[in-house]
Amino acid sequence: MNKYLISVGLVACLVLSAISSVSMADEVNVYSARKEKLIKPLLDSFTKETGITVNLVTGKADMLLKRLETEGKNSPADLFITTDAGRLYRAKQAGVLQTIDSKAINNIVPANLRDSENQWFSLSLRARPIFYVTESVNPQELSSYEDLADEKWNKKICIRSSNNIYNQSLVASMLATNGPEATLEWAKKFVNNLAIPPRGGDRDQIKAAAAGVCDLAIANTYYLGKMLTAKDGQKEAAAKVKIFWPNQSDRGTHINVSGAGVTAHAKNKDNAVKLLEHLLTKDSQKWYSQVNHEYPVRADVEWSPMLKGWGEFKSDEINMSMLGEFNHEAVKIMDLAGWK
Amino acid sequence: MFSQQHKAWSISVYVLALILAIPSLTIAAYVFYPASDIWGHLFDTVLADYVSNSLILMVGVGTGTLLIGVPSAWLIANTSFPGRSFFQWALLLPMAMPAYIIAYTYTGMLDYGGAVQQGIRSVFDVSYGEYWFPSIHSLGGAICMLSLVLYPYVYLLARAAFLNEPRSFVEVSRTLGQPPWKVFFTITLPIARPAIFTGLSLVLMETLADFGTVQYFGIDTFTTGIYRTWFGFGDSAAAAQLSACLMAFIFLLMSLERYGRKQSRFHHNDAGVYSVHLGGWKAAAAVMACGVPLCFGFILPTLQLAKWAISVSGEVVDLEFLQLCINSFVLALSAALIALFVATFIAYAKRFMQLPSLHFITRLAILGYAMPGTVLAVGIMIPLAWFDNSLDAWMSEHWGVSTGLLLSGSLFALLFAYTVRFLAASLQTVESGLEKIKPTIDDAARTLGASRIQLLTRVHFPLMKGSLLTAALMVFVDVLKELPATLILRPFNFNTLAVRAYELASDESLIDASVSAITIVLVGLIPIYLLSKSIQRSNDFQVDNIQVNHKQGPEQARPITGDT
Repeated sequence: MNKYLISVGLVACLVLSAISSVSMADEVNVYSARKEKLIKPLLDSFTKETGITVNLVTGKADMLLKRLETEGKNSPADLFITTDAGRLYRAKQAGVLQTIDSKAINNIVPANLRDSENQWFSLSLRARPIFYVTESVNPQELSSYEDLADEKWNKKICIRSSNNIYNQSLVASMLATNGPEATLEWAKKFVNNLAIPPRGGDRDQIKAAAAGVCDLAIANTYYLGKMLTAKDGQKEAAAKVKIFWPNQSDRGTHINVSGAGVTAHAKNKDNAVKLLEHLLTKDSQKWYSQVNHEYPVRADVEWSPMLKGWGEFKSDEINMSMLGEFNHEAVKIMDLAGWK
Repeated sequence: MFSQQHKAWSISVYVLALILAIPSLTIAAYVFYPASDIWGHLFDTVLADYVSNSLILMVGVGTGTLLIGVPSAWLIANTSFPGRSFFQWALLLPMAMPAYIIAYTYTGMLDYGGAVQQGIRSVFDVSYGEYWFPSIHSLGGAICMLSLVLYPYVYLLARAAFLNEPRSFVEVSRTLGQPPWKVFFTITLPIARPAIFTGLSLVLMETLADFGTVQYFGIDTFTTGIYRTWFGFGDSAAAAQLSACLMAFIFLLMSLERYGRKQSRFHHNDAGVYSVHLGGWKAAAAVMACGVPLCFGFILPTLQLAKWAISVSGEVVDLEFLQLCINSFVLALSAALIALFVATFIAYAKRFMQLPSLHFITRLAILGYAMPGTVLAVGIMIPLAWFDNSLDAWMSEHWGVSTGLLLSGSLFALLFAYTVRFLAASLQTVESGLEKIKPTIDDAARTLGASRIQLLTRVHFPLMKGSLLTAALMVFVDVLKELPATLILRPFNFNTLAVRAYELASDESLIDASVSAITIVLVGLIPIYLLSKSIQRSNDFQVDNIQVNHKQGPEQARPITGDT
């Protein structure tokens, strides 16, 4: 009796999951490290235009990557979306992406913002400048990330934990430019200049600066944008700081990207490429800047008034793959420097 | 015939336990991977910090939950004071609060940018640094947060133990002139110890597995170290090896506790409510002991969340949101029922059959509770994908059909994950209920001609109803809050409340996350209320029945005085 029940149950399970995994003709499956709220509207507009159904799973990039790896050639995913270059690099190393030769895409995405073998492409840019409290800092004292190690900033800087990928990428970009010794020395002095042990998120750093805990904060710009459009008291805190674009006289301000790549075993490759192209259309690119205050990858897209207000800046044109390549060493250096 | 049946049972329980132990074994197997250069680096730099912070956190949260959970449980079980019947279930409410949500909430209130410090600054006209205010983002802060949401585990199990305390012991020592506090420390507490330890072990495992709170507070623990090794260094093998160390540590702790417990096994059947009426300042103190944790662990953060939720509710609550609620509820309910079934099955096998290696395997399986959820998810993903891909290859070769991924990325994977993850809670709770039933009761029932099934349904279930409901409640609420495994194992286009709350909160906008967060709390509230009522009823029933038995039984001569 029991055996009978168990086998019936098992068969039912198998049939049910087989039904659910049978792929419909016109669909594309997406693993996205971008939060649902910040990708779904673009996917919806894609479905509306093409009639192709988009299935979505969101999650943390490294976990989604692990899922892709373990699922292997049977993985249902067609497109892998992340919110930083380091993870795209890691995905390529893991061999879960494939080369896409699309002239249309290559024309839109500059060479430093895509993989050398075209396995992944940037979709939006995220700048990580310095925020200063207008009341207490003269912006002329500021110059570069390197300068933040100077004694004059002792106990005056707020930044989040080194667990954060954007900090890891920032240090990776410095490693790529300045080499390991100079970067380690910089990191040690920089950590000494922190006002409080690192904690919280990027917004918390801006709030801390606004509350007088520190004079400078390092954060991604879109957080400032979100604070300025928030409904609660964040607006007042955000109004107390201004953006300083560092390293304008040399390599430029550090940027990271969100990006995507078509998976190695994609069963709906054509649809995945179409979706990729859709995410790079002018309308989609405008959406990033208007909704999430990110910078577009395309040069021919008008910035939102908010971004315009922050001013134009020179961005570090380092190849984004470098951020991934130096990530491991960057974390080691941050550990050595005592960056919590 | 009998022995054949016996064999079938023991084989199926072994298979079940082994399947449940697969995730732990998968992670443990990483020990055989060659060690990477990361190990040397970790030893030289941060490992000592990870270990010491984790230990301090464990000791702190352990102490905190005991200090809140045990006294309140004793007061509820043994005294009467104004509001007792309310506190009895309300003390469980903080359980419904995900730890990282309470951390975000208190940050919103108490941090330098929060209302409290802003108030201080404007009232006293001082700026930051000119006044003293403890930082919530500290080890102490994390200990407070975790203690506030985890103490219900200790409270639940301790209360059940106190309610079942052999009354005669207490009465005898009181008659002999022992002061109440001495009775508490020499009689009551030692007898309740196994149950309290079970609660404490759940607390400690949850503490070790916590990532959201400590990460947000910037405290480097062993678990944040595991994540950093994986996400920062991109070294998932070393991360799994670190997790295996964590598992070994827990395994050792559990074995020590088992060893310590061996000498003290209590079966008794003269449980009774020894109720002292409290008045005056004692009653006030009792109300404080129960009210303070409830206030800080539930009421205050809920009010803050509600305030935020009201300001955004218009945009968030729609049909899609309703779907989230249904998904969460159905998932939690199914997981609770499966966990209950599995736990009861294993607990009975352990009681009726002498299967020594089963103890070992189940102890391995319940380690899932202490593992960081993400690591456990990997331990589930790897074997499931292996099964799917092997089956696919075999089917393609022999039948020419591709089965693709059958189990990976299905609801089956999720429910399996929950069963493994919360097995510690369900199994230990069911076992502690079963342990209280004297083996002589079994013998008596069997002698009187009851079959095993009758013994189960007519004798044990009524006696164990409280424990079974407690186990189901714990799993239900835990699944409702569960994030890491849900996040990575769920199918396409499938979201839960916890996923939604996390996605919004991790975007650093707790205000937008507040609607989902408060809904988790509300959905958790219903079963907490209903179940604790019925746990209470089953306790009353149990006590009544046993007292009736006493009066009719041969032990009639024993005086049952002292009813309040």
